[in-house]
Amino acid sequence: MSDRPHPILVAIAALVYLFLMVPLVIVVGAALSDTTYLTFPPQGLSLRWFENIFAISAFRRTIVTSLQIAFLGTLFALLIGIPAAYALNRFRIELPKWLGTLFVLPILVPEIVFGFALLKSLTVGAGVPIFLALLVGHTLLVLPYVVRVISASLASFDFSIEEAAISLGSAPVKTFFTIVLPNVRAGVIAAFILAFITSLNDVSVSLFLTGPGISTLPIQILAHVEQFFDPTVASVSVLLMFLTVAVMAIVERTLGLTFLAK
Amino acid sequence: MTQPLHIDAVSAHYGTTKVLEDLSLSVQAGELVSLLGASGCGKTTTLRLIAGFLSPTSGSITLGGRDLTRLPTHKRDIGLVFQNYALFPHLSVLDNVAFGLKQRGIASAERRNRAMAMLERVGLAALADRAPGALSGGQKQRVALARALVIEPPLLMFDEPLSNLDAKLRVDMRVEIRQLQRANGTTSVYVTHDQEEAFSISDRVAIMNAGRLMQFDRPEELYRRPANTFVARFVGFENLIPFKAVARDGDIVTAESAGMRLRLSQSLFGAIPDSFLLATRPDGLTVSIEASAEGLPAQLGLRTYLGRAYQYQCETAAGHLVANGSLTTPLEAGTSVKLVPVPEQCTILAPGGDA
Repeated sequence: MSDRPHPILVAIAALVYLFLMVPLVIVVGAALSDTTYLTFPPQGLSLRWFENIFAISAFRRTIVTSLQIAFLGTLFALLIGIPAAYALNRFRIELPKWLGTLFVLPILVPEIVFGFALLKSLTVGAGVPIFLALLVGHTLLVLPYVVRVISASLASFDFSIEEAAISLGSAPVKTFFTIVLPNVRAGVIAAFILAFITSLNDVSVSLFLTGPGISTLPIQILAHVEQFFDPTVASVSVLLMFLTVAVMAIVERTLGLTFLAK
Repeated sequence: MTQPLHIDAVSAHYGTTKVLEDLSLSVQAGELVSLLGASGCGKTTTLRLIAGFLSPTSGSITLGGRDLTRLPTHKRDIGLVFQNYALFPHLSVLDNVAFGLKQRGIASAERRNRAMAMLERVGLAALADRAPGALSGGQKQRVALARALVIEPPLLMFDEPLSNLDAKLRVDMRVEIRQLQRANGTTSVYVTHDQEEAFSISDRVAIMNAGRLMQFDRPEELYRRPANTFVARFVGFENLIPFKAVARDGDIVTAESAGMRLRLSQSLFGAIPDSFLLATRPDGLTVSIEASAEGLPAQLGLRTYLGRAYQYQCETAAGHLVANGSLTTPLEAGTSVKLVPVPEQCTILAPGGDA
């Protein structure tokens, strides 16, 4: 056995990274181009397309909408998902098995079908305003991630710890906040980030639910590409990328990313 | 601050399965009572009912005149020690011990003093600032014990507290638990499946089987005078030989079984019914090679070495029996012998009942 990996293995790994990274490098390059059309390699270096994002009001508006939807949707998903995950784990024996599956359903249904179903039921059927429909859609979209990640955290939590606290005189609800929640903190933060990023980058569900005046950033990017072929779309993609990377970097710094893989 | 516990006709169900049937049990103030039995016998269910994690379908539980039956757990004021310690991983050892005091609204300075004093009693004052994860199993269980004791509960309960520790530590810890319990005079309920542990630590032991109480008595009584065949087998009376009384002469009853006649004194055994089982441990049957001995004819089978004796599997007309023979004369399989019961090491049981 040698300590060095086999050359073929190294080559394959390098190719995988190449496939992953090259498109991103091209987008970053294109965003920095001084030309009025998308091109790679960049001709001249300029940040004017980044400035252009903020010059176009549709981008300004949709960035705010996307962040609002992602933040609120994740928040609501946590408010529903944490108690749900707790109940699913705490009463695993008493509860029917399909109940856990129910919370994962939005991942199992193709997103495009899910989006269409929401359009038919919320927007067309119930006449729900666009922002609210988007919020409901995104909450449901990210709920499975929240339930899954927090469930994984709770699976290794020993519920006799909770019983010990209650036996020592701590009321059950108080015990949840002082004993259970601090011990699944990492799971809650992981769930928040995963849900936030999923919501921020979603296209399929938003595609159906956006409407006149209200759109999300990814949908606005699509719309922009249909009309213009300037590097703004590349620079806004870079912005979205960096937003995602920044969130991940904060996690890596504070918690380490390894727990996401659990 | 020591109070008696009364469990009165308590039954419990999980769905349609009865896990506890009509259990009545009283623990006197300051007494340590063990609930002993195999898994599924209802001992843990009983503990969880007393703690309030489960509700009985009928019956009542009172502690020092206070009816606990419908009281939520956090208001019952019971100290609990768990099998897996159940320490709070995100709190220091000191904060773990002080947790119950905090719930009782005790000021932080006094909380600290009392928790430290309790940690000193269990010999862990030096580790007060550690995280529970950094402790050994024995240390964790001492912290758990300190955490339960510091609230000075009228009732202390242990759920298999030593089963995660190694054998040597188990023995040390049970002595320690008993000393602390005695010193505080706290009424205690101790759940275990380990007979030696239960007998060594308890004032009285409740032997349970299939959701029922089989016998509740002092360890010495259980060991010498089991009340039924289940308890007899449980405490090691491996031989149950059916007898019929054939003659009565005052105190003396003559009884017969498979070619053996025995004269039994009712002053030793109590009233002897016409049909009964003579129960003995392997030590209570002497292996005799003398043909004239008054005993049960037997064929020796497999011989095993116990250190203090040889043990023989024996075939008799009364069925398969186990007897211990002397070390000086090991006997070969197939030898015809007589098994002679030693009256002082026998007890008499009514036949049937439970098994």
